[in-house]
Amino acid sequence: MAKAKVTFSDIGLSVMVPVGTRIIEISEKVGSGIVYGCRECDCGTCIMHVKEGMENLSEPSMLEDRVLRENMAGKEFRLACQAQVLGDVTIAPV
Amino acid sequence: MDGAAITDLNAVSIGHDVYWVGAFDPNLRTFDLILKTANGTSYNSYLVRGEDGVCIVDTVKKEFQDTFFARLESVCDYSEIKYIVLNHMEPDHTGALPELLKRAPHVKVYLSFQAQNMLKGLLKEGVEDLDVTTVTTGDFIDLGNRDVAFLNTPFLHWPDTQCTWLPECGYLLSGDLFGCHFCDTRLFNDLVGDFRFSFEYYYAHIMRPFKHHVLQALDLIEPLDFKLIAPAHGPILREHPREYVRRYHSLSVPRMRKETKVSEKTLLIFYMSAYGSTAEMAREIHAGAEGVPGVRISLYDLEGGELKPFVDLIEEADGLIFGSPTINGDAVKPIWDLLSSLCSIHTQGKLGAVFGSYGWTGEAIAMIEDRLRGLKFRVPVPGKKVKLIPTDEELEECRAFGREIAENLTGTNAPKVIDFSDLL
Repeated sequence: MAKAKVTFSDIGLSVMVPVGTRIIEISEKVGSGIVYGCRECDCGTCIMHVKEGMENLSEPSMLEDRVLRENMAGKEFRLACQAQVLGDVTIAPV
Repeated sequence: MDGAAITDLNAVSIGHDVYWVGAFDPNLRTFDLILKTANGTSYNSYLVRGEDGVCIVDTVKKEFQDTFFARLESVCDYSEIKYIVLNHMEPDHTGALPELLKRAPHVKVYLSFQAQNMLKGLLKEGVEDLDVTTVTTGDFIDLGNRDVAFLNTPFLHWPDTQCTWLPECGYLLSGDLFGCHFCDTRLFNDLVGDFRFSFEYYYAHIMRPFKHHVLQALDLIEPLDFKLIAPAHGPILREHPREYVRRYHSLSVPRMRKETKVSEKTLLIFYMSAYGSTAEMAREIHAGAEGVPGVRISLYDLEGGELKPFVDLIEEADGLIFGSPTINGDAVKPIWDLLSSLCSIHTQGKLGAVFGSYGWTGEAIAMIEDRLRGLKFRVPVPGKKVKLIPTDEELEECRAFGREIAENLTGTNAPKVIDFSDLL
């Protein structure tokens, strides 16, 4: 199975994960400061800063795009409950 | 205003063509399920008259809308109302909005960017037909001879909150900020009874979790030459309004200067122990963490203290470690009591960890970890549990556990790479 490296820069930890894993499946287990509210692409609580490798995350759905827009998130931000890892990324809480 | 209680349903002038058109609710005893209200509350709505029309700032709870409309009709005709400003979308301030929009369908609605979705949630239908403008600090409405300006003050206490500022007369219509649940029909702070307790109680329960947002809002408010603060609940503050702003400031900064250096992190250990094993673990974790430079660590036996000061301690700590034995498959009640008392403080991003001795099963550790995650703590180090009496080897593991947590807190743990399977 193809793997990719997710680096949580706030805690200085990288995790090798199977491609397709969502950030939400990893971040709480490692103790990153990314926090969650609804966990289903509605509230925008889990907006995270993608510091490197934005192109290595799955494309945002129309719904995620809307939530990001409503929260005035810039182009370096995604929802951790939605984004799937396709290649190496470095992320941090906002 | 001659100091008499308000007994009719007329609007009350607060000066400079600004009127109170709110409602009193003296019979309310519990607000939002969490706050006690010993003599009720008020829902304060304001009417601002300018040469080019009338602006309504906030409405009232739906059950009191007849009072609101009666007061409003005593000073203006619905055709004169051009603007509605919503400082906060909670139903006690927007309850009369649907009916107001029916009576004045031509109005323009002004609110914060974050309030838009809430407006949809409140009105459900017809939002698309409304003339809605989102505003932030620096924006204003021109009423001809006066402006109605806005200050973006989010998270006080919802994401949508804002203040309205009337620069020509120096009136701040502050929404829930500087408010309190205190019902007195004499309305003004120099006439009503002693509401100091209510003012501080309201801050403690509504604003305290958002202290850093309060300080950001005060950065906008303190430089203003305000003459009067008109909040959405409780007395209008026309005498010494700056004292209330100063009080908010003092309540939002640390109680005393911590005797720690700027670069130091504070780590607190709270524990309970039935037979001394969890206490022994606590002491070893303390010893392990103490060896890490840059961490100031404290150890507390929950049995020897009361909740409130512990909550105050937790509010300003960087990291927390909780120790509990497992009794009948659960953590012990004082731990749950403490962990269910943290909703009035900001816990997001604090570091958390758990340990404990157990006899049969040891479920308490994972249960407390889940609670910490629910409170938005980071829980980077898996909990440490020991069956019954810790061995020397296990006590050494406790010291290493303490060290690892302290290093996580200071960021001195070396970057590392792990595999996803390590987390399962």
